[in-house]
Amino acid sequence: MMHESRGGFGRLLATALVALVLTIVPIPTAISWVRPDWLLLVVIYWSLVSPRIAGLLFAWTCGLVIDVVSGTVLGEHAFAFLLIGFLTHRLQLRMRIFPIWQQAFVVLLMLLIFQFLVFWIDGMTGQAVMTWHRWIPALVGAAIWPLITSVMDTVNRRFAR
Amino acid sequence: MATLSSDSRPIIGRGPSLGARFFFLALISVGIMVLDHRQGHLDSLRQWLLSGVYPVFRVVDVPFNAWDWVGSSFADRTRLREENDKLAAELRVANLRLQRLESLTEENRQLRDLRTASAGIADRSLIAEILRVDLDPFRHRVLINKGANAGVYKGQAVLAADGVFGQVDRAGLGAAAVILITDSEHATPVQVNRNGLRSIAVGTGEIAKLTLPFLTVDSDVKVGDLLVTSGLGGIYPAGYPVGEITKVERDAAETFAIVEAKPLARLDRDREVLLIWSEPVPSLDSAPATDAASATAPSTAAAAPKPAP
Repeated sequence: MMHESRGGFGRLLATALVALVLTIVPIPTAISWVRPDWLLLVVIYWSLVSPRIAGLLFAWTCGLVIDVVSGTVLGEHAFAFLLIGFLTHRLQLRMRIFPIWQQAFVVLLMLLIFQFLVFWIDGMTGQAVMTWHRWIPALVGAAIWPLITSVMDTVNRRFAR
Repeated sequence: MATLSSDSRPIIGRGPSLGARFFFLALISVGIMVLDHRQGHLDSLRQWLLSGVYPVFRVVDVPFNAWDWVGSSFADRTRLREENDKLAAELRVANLRLQRLESLTEENRQLRDLRTASAGIADRSLIAEILRVDLDPFRHRVLINKGANAGVYKGQAVLAADGVFGQVDRAGLGAAAVILITDSEHATPVQVNRNGLRSIAVGTGEIAKLTLPFLTVDSDVKVGDLLVTSGLGGIYPAGYPVGEITKVERDAAETFAIVEAKPLARLDRDREVLLIWSEPVPSLDSAPATDAASATAPSTAAAAPKPAP
């Protein structure tokens, strides 16, 4: 199923960068809330595939970048990313042998936890965004999880040493 | 639960356990959250981080700019002529208005001088371009291509062609994040142009809506009233148009009326905005003009802010 790989910190950075670009590339405002949390999905993928390279520090740093980009309280997304990274690392061995739909379901749970955490910290530090639209990125993220894994696996195989 | 086998790191040179590392990083996260939120100690760190991410913003923006360039270089002749005619017409109207404003501004200046009021008048301005990147769909923030290098500072007022746009939220070195007046965390001190009634226009998170939650049911507002900045709060200089009242709902049983307004600036369409520097005007006789900008500015720049060279 998932392609085992070692090494390739470069690949890690490259995919994270692509995910960051996808996060900020402008799309019509009418569908802007559909955009999944690309970077988080990439973090989950790498934490599953090569946890030795994509450690907690990687997840935390990605979250911090999102904080800087979206202008939230510094550390908010960093903490949320960190928690999801931690959960993925703990469940890693089990998740890897799951069938893909089951994996997508676990990812959905993680994305919902992530959204809730961000929502919660938003509420503590200022104005939380009170709209049900906020939960859609989690659904979209889980829905495209099979696609993401297959694309990333392909990239992985292509650029493996 | 097999904790040992779920730890996939090499056995030799493991370092601290997963839980310990999680705990450590979580502690740091909470620490910087508190520092950033409570005291705002991390502003300079933010500035550096924003500057670090800036190249990525630039990379995203470039293809769109290139597309614009291609579009404009191959624009057909009739369209250019139409556009030219339209601009010429607009310029005529604007010039007419300007003539009237010149005298009004002069009069205004004299009156202010009489009152020795210190309400700020826009002193210097600079055109900035909005980068085409989406920051967060649920917050109204944009990134502009001028930063601390150009003298941009946190809390600076940003205007669009038709009205107030927002204020600088964070200033990086070559870029700055601007919070729009419709962001749900933003409030603009305004007054009704017709009668000078002061209030606060709060963003709703919707791009075409502001609310004025602090107007009582018997306050004198009606649909169509123009809202201008009141100059209170010290961020926006007084007298710039903010929005137009679109809805007034009075329920005699309530204390406050439901008042909504529509921002005049085209917040989701404008590509160029104006950064303004407005110092409180020192009493005019005591401050001889120190530089060219402040010598010419009080009379002309307030009426029609021009880009600083």
